[in-house]
Amino acid sequence: MHHFIDRRRNPKGKSLGNRQRFLRRARDNIKERVDQSVRGKTLHPEGGDQNDGEKVTIPSKGLKEPRLAHSTTGGVRRHVLPGNKEYVVGDTIPRPQGGPGQGGRKASEDGEGEDEFSFTLSQDEYLEILFDGLELPDLVEKNTFETITVGTRRAGLTTAGSPNNLNLVRTMRNSLGRRIALQRPSLAEQRDVEEQIFALEAKEPLTAKQMEELDKLQARLEFLKRKRKVVGYIDPLDLRYDTFVPEKIRNSKAVVFCLMDVSGSMQEREKDLAKRFFLLLHLFLSRGYEQTEIVFIRHTHHAEEVDEETFFYARETGGTIVSTALEKMKEIIADRYPTDEWNIYGAQASDGENFGNDSLRCKALLLDHLLPVCQFYAYVEIVDEDADLLLSSADAGEDLWQAYRQVKDQAPHFEMQRVSLPSHIYPIFREFFLPKIKGAQNAGG
Amino acid sequence: MQAAETSSDVLFDGPEWTFELLEKARDVIEEIALQDLGLDVYPNQIEIISSEQMLDAYSCAGLPLMYQHWSFGKHFVRDETLYRTGRQGLAYEIVINSNPCISYNMEENTMAMQTLVMAHAAFGHNHFFKNNYLFLQWTDAAGIHDYLAFAKNYIAACEERYGLDAVEEILDAAHSLQAQGVFRYGRPPQPTAAEKEAMQRVREGYESSQTLLDLWTDSTMRRDDDGKEGEDSAISERQRELNLPQENVLYFLEKNSPVLQPWQREMLRIVRSLAQYLYPQKQTKVMNEGCATFVHYYIITKLFQQGRLTQGAFMEMMHSHTNVVLQPEYDDPRYSGINPYALGFAMMMDIRRICKNPTDEDRDWFPDFAGDPNWRGVLKDAWANYRDESFIQQFLSPHLIRKFKLFTLTNDADRPNLEVSQIHNRAGYRDIRRELAQSYDLAYLEPDIQVTDVDLRGDRELKLTHFMRSGIQLDPGNRDEVLKHARILWGYNVAMNVTEEK
Repeated sequence: MHHFIDRRRNPKGKSLGNRQRFLRRARDNIKERVDQSVRGKTLHPEGGDQNDGEKVTIPSKGLKEPRLAHSTTGGVRRHVLPGNKEYVVGDTIPRPQGGPGQGGRKASEDGEGEDEFSFTLSQDEYLEILFDGLELPDLVEKNTFETITVGTRRAGLTTAGSPNNLNLVRTMRNSLGRRIALQRPSLAEQRDVEEQIFALEAKEPLTAKQMEELDKLQARLEFLKRKRKVVGYIDPLDLRYDTFVPEKIRNSKAVVFCLMDVSGSMQEREKDLAKRFFLLLHLFLSRGYEQTEIVFIRHTHHAEEVDEETFFYARETGGTIVSTALEKMKEIIADRYPTDEWNIYGAQASDGENFGNDSLRCKALLLDHLLPVCQFYAYVEIVDEDADLLLSSADAGEDLWQAYRQVKDQAPHFEMQRVSLPSHIYPIFREFFLPKIKGAQNAGG
Repeated sequence: MQAAETSSDVLFDGPEWTFELLEKARDVIEEIALQDLGLDVYPNQIEIISSEQMLDAYSCAGLPLMYQHWSFGKHFVRDETLYRTGRQGLAYEIVINSNPCISYNMEENTMAMQTLVMAHAAFGHNHFFKNNYLFLQWTDAAGIHDYLAFAKNYIAACEERYGLDAVEEILDAAHSLQAQGVFRYGRPPQPTAAEKEAMQRVREGYESSQTLLDLWTDSTMRRDDDGKEGEDSAISERQRELNLPQENVLYFLEKNSPVLQPWQREMLRIVRSLAQYLYPQKQTKVMNEGCATFVHYYIITKLFQQGRLTQGAFMEMMHSHTNVVLQPEYDDPRYSGINPYALGFAMMMDIRRICKNPTDEDRDWFPDFAGDPNWRGVLKDAWANYRDESFIQQFLSPHLIRKFKLFTLTNDADRPNLEVSQIHNRAGYRDIRRELAQSYDLAYLEPDIQVTDVDLRGDRELKLTHFMRSGIQLDPGNRDEVLKHARILWGYNVAMNVTEEK
């Protein structure tokens, strides 16, 4: 009647439903904080800790559970306290400052004293809220990843192979099936007949009837032996071998180049949009690679590599020469990121302005130097909300846009889009990766 | 304490636990609990769980099955954050008032802790649940699991049928009045879980076929031809018809709300049934913990004397025990009220002392049992027949008041200073004892709120009355929020009046 039960193996997350209801309830608050956190978020893996989920603190407004409770102030209360030292009846004690008094704590237990509420969102929950309920990236990433090293992978069973790869279970299963189907006599059956013969032979002399029976048995034994020989215990037909095929294993190191125009025309809104895009690309890539690095290159009329803080927040004035950033990227690749070790991704954000005929130079740089070594290169042009409508046609646009359009025609792994609202970022990001999937499917079909 | 430590008798040696060791330990604990102390327990079902599962249990009032609601998710993330950041440890065990008595033990516990926890929960709390009159009278230990399963399924089905938002709205409102959803004095007859389910099915069909018109015709239209005999008699007449005043606000709403659908009434019933189930636990914190702590202390001491525990294991248990019963003094930064474990344990030990070695003072104060050779009987009688308030009123001795150096402090908002009203001396014992007892009286701790009137023929406003004591008002922010919720359940305005008591 007494017993122990080991519940540790029971499925965890019994309260997952409660958690989902809680997130749903607090959605507006959380969304606001997540949006804020994007601005304050670092892209560096060391700083961002992105695989461990995201800590958010939300106001507890809307999450209160009101209860009828006594007020913590007013009225006459009497408290019983332990540890009297020197008090005698009639002593007076000044009322403690800054609090409702010693009894207050108890009374406010259900009254919700806290104004803020912190907890940790998982990576998936974070992304879902960040991109406001859109589907999480269900993107096939393999196509965009260069594969370099080769390993082996199980690839089912074959009928030929080396003995060390023999799959015993499958082989024996085939063998058993075949033996049943072909009615191979069992050893016991054979023994049984042998014993009968032995018993008969032991009786001397034999009657004619017994002689006849002996002959029959011996014929039977002969038949059994022959059949056992013909229908083998294990037949070459039964053999199955595990197979392994060589597989290209994707390189597990990637570097993302974030290129951004920081000239005066890029205001906070533009930078925020660019940041969301960079962030998403980084989150996406860090799920696919073991190690991801980020290089920030900002440019005005000259380009420099900077840290993240400077990249997003420092102000810089000057003209706009986009090709300087591309030059810089090329230099850094040559310098630090050998292409046989690193998967290189480029992401460029700009408001589309460029100096004179620099756009042609950009095109040449991209086509001749950068695109051949990049897995993927994305360009987002950040435009005003109203301009977005005007420029609804992809043909329209300034120099840089026009030049990049020509690049796109020649390089399938180059993508470009216009962005004007935060809500555009995710669909655009998705679009960037979708055509490749389609292409792969077409090729496969 | 002398221990005849012989290695052959030692239950275990080392921190790791196994199921075999747990069995062995449970058997010897049971022997002492049943043979020596004479406890009477439900069959035990001891479950080993991980810290994650303990957090799950935390968020749902410790119940193994609970319907789903966002507030439980909120508690979970709060507890989880506190736990992960090391600001809050987890309990070693949780025990449920059910038959069989389920206790959850954490897998992280060492073997010594598992032994302690089994003595504490599986025998101490278990005995208390099975014998205390409040639990016997107000809870159905055998049916609770069935009822929880029913509640969970019912609410899940409602969510599916009427949508998450509709269910959430009713649950939020019901939760806000949960503390006002218990019968404190009279108990309506309780059908079993199976009957309830059958009744609920019938009711769903019946109530949906019966229109609200019936309610209105019955209680209002019929008396239209009656002559008006004056306001007072009309009020008392309708109060009588609606069985007012009613302390169980949720019950009143469930039975009389003009706007609720049958399934919404059923949800109110679920919320108040659970409140009623948990109500005895709120009233017996000191006694329940005191009983369990006394039992574990007695058992481990006995085990050690019998040489069944190594000194190391005993030290570990005592270390944990003394942590649990620590009572910081009022000016200690760790002070956060009177520790129910400390007070309860001290009182149990004190009762035993009064039985075994009474002083003259004890004989004066406790003539009924001072010097009673059967201290086990005295304790078991106390555990069975009292709740915190009456227990303290009856058993707190001057000896303990001196030991705890208790004093009372009067905090009158109209006066600039706090005043020490009684200290631990002859003049103060009775006052202190009464004050302390009262501070455990839920009827005094929780606001006294009753449904007092509703005029169904008039504005249909539901009138709640707060019977205010000692000038302590309701917290206004919470009150207004709760009234908003109550309006959803009632469908018309809900007002809160205040009446000053004596």
